[in-house]
Amino acid sequence: MVRLDCVSKSYSGTRVVDDVSLSVEPSTTLVLIGPSGCGKSTLLRMVAGLILPDQGGVFVADRQMTSETRSDIRRHLGYVIQDGGLFPHLTARDNIIIQAKLAAWPPDRIEARVTELAELTRFPVEGLTRFPAQLSGGQRQRVGIMRALMTDPEVLLLDEPLAALDPMIRREMQDDLRQIFSTLGKTVIFVTHDLHEAAWFADRIVLLKSGRIEQQGSAAQLADDPASEFVSQFVRAQRTSDFGAAAG
Amino acid sequence: MSRILIILGLLIAAFAPRPTGRSSVRVASKMFTESVILGEMFRLLSEDSGHSTQHLRELGGTRIVFESLRNGEVDLYAEYTGTLINELFSDRDIRSTQDLQAALAEQGIRMSEPLGFNNTYALGMLGDDARQNNVRRISDLNRVDGLRFGLSNEFMERDDGWPGLKAAYGLSPESVTGLDHDIAYRQLTLGLIDVMDVYTTEARINALELTVLEDDREYFPRYDAVILYRQETAEEFSDAIAAVLQLEGRLSAAAMTACNRRVEIDGDSEQQVAADFLRAEFNTDTMVSEPGRMQRIAACTLDHLELVRRSLLPAILLAVPLGVLASRRVWFGHLVLGITGLFQTIPSFALLVMLLPLAAMLGLQSVGAGSATAIMALFLYSLLPIVRNTHTGLVSIDPALIESAEVLNLPNWYRLTEIELPLASRSILSGIKTAAVMNIGFATLGALVGAGGYGQPILSGIRLADTGLILEGAVPAAVMAMVAQAGFEVAERFAVPRGLGITRLEVQQ
Repeated sequence: MVRLDCVSKSYSGTRVVDDVSLSVEPSTTLVLIGPSGCGKSTLLRMVAGLILPDQGGVFVADRQMTSETRSDIRRHLGYVIQDGGLFPHLTARDNIIIQAKLAAWPPDRIEARVTELAELTRFPVEGLTRFPAQLSGGQRQRVGIMRALMTDPEVLLLDEPLAALDPMIRREMQDDLRQIFSTLGKTVIFVTHDLHEAAWFADRIVLLKSGRIEQQGSAAQLADDPASEFVSQFVRAQRTSDFGAAAG
Repeated sequence: MSRILIILGLLIAAFAPRPTGRSSVRVASKMFTESVILGEMFRLLSEDSGHSTQHLRELGGTRIVFESLRNGEVDLYAEYTGTLINELFSDRDIRSTQDLQAALAEQGIRMSEPLGFNNTYALGMLGDDARQNNVRRISDLNRVDGLRFGLSNEFMERDDGWPGLKAAYGLSPESVTGLDHDIAYRQLTLGLIDVMDVYTTEARINALELTVLEDDREYFPRYDAVILYRQETAEEFSDAIAAVLQLEGRLSAAAMTACNRRVEIDGDSEQQVAADFLRAEFNTDTMVSEPGRMQRIAACTLDHLELVRRSLLPAILLAVPLGVLASRRVWFGHLVLGITGLFQTIPSFALLVMLLPLAAMLGLQSVGAGSATAIMALFLYSLLPIVRNTHTGLVSIDPALIESAEVLNLPNWYRLTEIELPLASRSILSGIKTAAVMNIGFATLGALVGAGGYGQPILSGIRLADTGLILEGAVPAAVMAMVAQAGFEVAERFAVPRGLGITRLEVQQ
């Protein structure tokens, strides 16, 4: 469904993505993980068409992303960022329906879809008339997901969507999100820096370091059969921080 | 849709003409009392001849008024031969009235016969003092011993002042002190000096009963008051000009001085004084209806609002799009902010004077009510705050929101009007508010080019040292600025989207 073919990207001489190739099968979840600055967000933004690669190609549903095609290709994409990326001057509802309104959906179709999504994301209907600043962090995230799902795109791109949430809410959102992904059968690319979150969502994990793929596979493969010293360090560090968090 | 209506409304409001015709005679005056009184006389005489006549009071200094006459914004005004020869045509060798008339004719301007008084430098003494010493002429001063002269600093310096005077009459007073003109008057009345320099038609000559000494060796250049009027006007409004020209030779120095005195010392209005003179001199039945203070303020308010409306609204219509473009391209942003910033650094008076010929060149009405000069200056001043705040408001939008809009495939126009401008609305409105408040303040300077408004009473107040009159302009100007400020704060509640005003997190239960 999504394919990256030898893509590279440099910013003022520094390669932030270096010859990366990978593909995501339909209805599977791929998680991009790695330390800060490894290029995982840049890769996701390439898939969203926000950045075009210097070399190589990004393909969504077998169409290459270019400055001409990207707005067409984006019809297949839903994009969710940290804190939802909601427009603060619009109500939750207006945020959610913005694309449908532009596509001139009839009001009852919009209404039905919003109700359906609110149910799916377990978002309280009375919250729909509120502005983002009147919602909790978790609620804002649910609205962001509803907005991304409104026109039913095949591919969902999520850039650290849960990073700003407190642990309890985050846990709850992780459960709900995985439920949504499997119910809808979407192709998902999910960026996180948390190995546990990656393990929870991923059909396949891609671990990046300095713009290159260090290893890909399941969480168990990364832990049991690290491809390099870096991979085992990264896995160990995640465990330690986890213990640290548990002790704290 | 509502936004388009607002923009349409602004457009209509900005460019709707104010119903005024230019089918009237336009008199101008310079920024001193005598000139204003003469302007009022011209106006009343012209009106009596049946033509609607406007008087652009205190239009400006010699240059501005003469230029306005030259380019046809003004039909007539009172000038002095000395000023014409020594200032306006100082680069030409003018030796006679014929020379002067020829020089003026080249510009399409005609000059009347002298009105009858010569407002030049002279020496003055207290009347009693002069009588006791039997001094009537300057040459008589040589017969009196121990005289103390107190002369204004400028007079001490000028070529046509003290040095030449002293030589021409062979004067050798006991002491000569250079001092401020107002202080000289005080010292004279206190008996600390005996002789001072005066202008021959100054009001205080009359009020303090000074004797003006005759310039029996004709040392001082003549500053005969004359009427300058346009050749075209003489043809188009011949009876109006004929009516005004009745003043030729009818205004003695004593009469003019008495008029000046009534305005400057007694506090009568120029209009009243002019009307009284005409009634006495020509038996006209000129009646004046003095507008009350409230009427005057109302008239100034209309003129002032007119200046603000016609400069601020176009500024908004141009500056917001400029700010949007500036936020799109960095180089264009630098360019636009640089240029609009430059306008702000030009002193307002200089900007007005620079724009005068431009307005005239464009065939716009450069002076008088609704002066394009003043409007252009205010327009240029209003641009920067709006451009800057629009630019800042747009570039400081969270880039994540811009990217969200992009991935959502929102069309460019929709993104700008429905997402970016609303998000920047607080900043844009505050720019407009700043521009409006500044504009209202600056608009008082419009009076310098005869545009009227609250600057008019301020200028007159300064000229007449009348604090009440100054406040009559300053207080309403301040009130208007505060009302505008408050108005924009109310507008903010409606124009800034509600969601942006929420800072408190209201988590639902």
